[in-house]
Amino acid sequence: MDAPTVSAAPATQMISPEPVILIEQLCVTFGTRVILDRFDLSVAKQENVVVLGRSGAGKSVLIKCIIGLLTPDSGDILVFNKDVPKLDHLELDKMRAKVGFLFQNNALYDSMTIRENLEFPLKRHWIGLTRQDVNDRVMDALNSVGLAYTVDMMPGELSGGMAKRIALARTLILKPEIILYDEPTTGLDPITAKEISELIVDLQKRFQTTSIIISHDMHCVKLVADRIAVLINGKCHADGTYRELEQSTEEEVRGFFE
Amino acid sequence: MIRTSKLNQLNQFLNETGGMASFALRYFRERGKAGYEFKEFLKQCYFTGYTSFPLVGLTGFIVGMVLTMQLRPALVQYGVESQLPQMVGIAIIREIGPIITALIFAGKIASSMGAELGSMKETEQIDAMEVSGTSPFKYLVVTRVAAATLTLPILVILADAVALYGSFVGMNIRSNTSFTLFFRQVMGILKFGDVLPAFVKTFFFGFAVGLIGCYKGFNAAKGTEGVGKAANTAVVIASVSIFFIDLIAVQITDLLGLN
Repeated sequence: MDAPTVSAAPATQMISPEPVILIEQLCVTFGTRVILDRFDLSVAKQENVVVLGRSGAGKSVLIKCIIGLLTPDSGDILVFNKDVPKLDHLELDKMRAKVGFLFQNNALYDSMTIRENLEFPLKRHWIGLTRQDVNDRVMDALNSVGLAYTVDMMPGELSGGMAKRIALARTLILKPEIILYDEPTTGLDPITAKEISELIVDLQKRFQTTSIIISHDMHCVKLVADRIAVLINGKCHADGTYRELEQSTEEEVRGFFE
Repeated sequence: MIRTSKLNQLNQFLNETGGMASFALRYFRERGKAGYEFKEFLKQCYFTGYTSFPLVGLTGFIVGMVLTMQLRPALVQYGVESQLPQMVGIAIIREIGPIITALIFAGKIASSMGAELGSMKETEQIDAMEVSGTSPFKYLVVTRVAAATLTLPILVILADAVALYGSFVGMNIRSNTSFTLFFRQVMGILKFGDVLPAFVKTFFFGFAVGLIGCYKGFNAAKGTEGVGKAANTAVVIASVSIFFIDLIAVQITDLLGLN
């Protein structure tokens, strides 16, 4: 029997007039292990949704399915009203140009300079930009995370917090409408983690993006979340605002907030 | 118990062989598609070819010199010391040059490809590439395999030349032979059937080294141990494959009457 959700309406019937991401009955299994079991989620335009769950609960699997890096066993993932698992290679590339992805390990290409790292997605998705355009966009993205001076450095020369900001700049360079964050504050000290969380909120306001943030850092969650979906046993177990879930009577949900 | 373990080993071997064959097929499929990553290919040519030359050249020089010094006493014993340049020339061009160069190449390139791609996979760089609208297979694998296939034959030609020079130096430790005479004697004995099969097989050596290095890196297990294992097994399998390809090449050369 499914556990009750905290919010009045199930996730898929959100109050959103215009969901940009709609996940319905998503199932993912690895071998015999069930990772996502009929998972539902809806994200409205310009909304910041945090997916909260224990380590190994399937949070990263969920956003990798949204971006098309993993194929689910069944269910629908509608991004801009297009079913991601059914998209062909070209359509998937077009969709990815509008969706940014911040990887947990930053995934900066360590054989390239910061400039080349930022130019890489730009040159792939937006063919035909002049050298000047590319340079301007690179500098704009670096300025937006406050690290313009690192442009000719190598990723290995950066601290953890700087690498995270650069990864964020690389995500922003395509001016995405949706950004998926995979544990953006993991491995950072509390001060840097707070700076990154504030940067996420600031960027969301400036670029008016829609975000799904995977996290179990509750300070980050409190700062960035408009709404929280709690992933337990492969299902969207609870769904509500920080304040609503904080007052949940369910032990499994309250455990995250204590 | 022993039987089950043997069956498991056989199963693992078949899985690996099947995986590699399908990886090779994918290479040809992706290579045929439009949008070649030419800049990355050139970068890989520089890395696999130019940076390998000092190592390959040094090894070739030493092998040429040592081979000459080792053969000399035996030839002196039979009174055919004058045949030394011809003998060394044929040995280097037909077999020793390609095999030694390919083995050094496998040690340097297959391990670096295995480790690089393995760590890229571990740190999600391959996923990031895919999200950036780039086929990681085309960008990372096709360019590396093509570069290895193209640069190894060039390295073998250079290594052969350096090895012959090493042989000339080795000869002049005990005797006094002019370079012109040495060169004429080597070139006089070499035939089309000696040079062509030896050159053609190096393309296959290069292809095997690139493919195995990339396959192992692309399919590396998670963690640092997985990356290390990928680099290690890439070298081992690439080295053994070189000998197998050589064995097949010799049989084909024999069948075609080029020996």
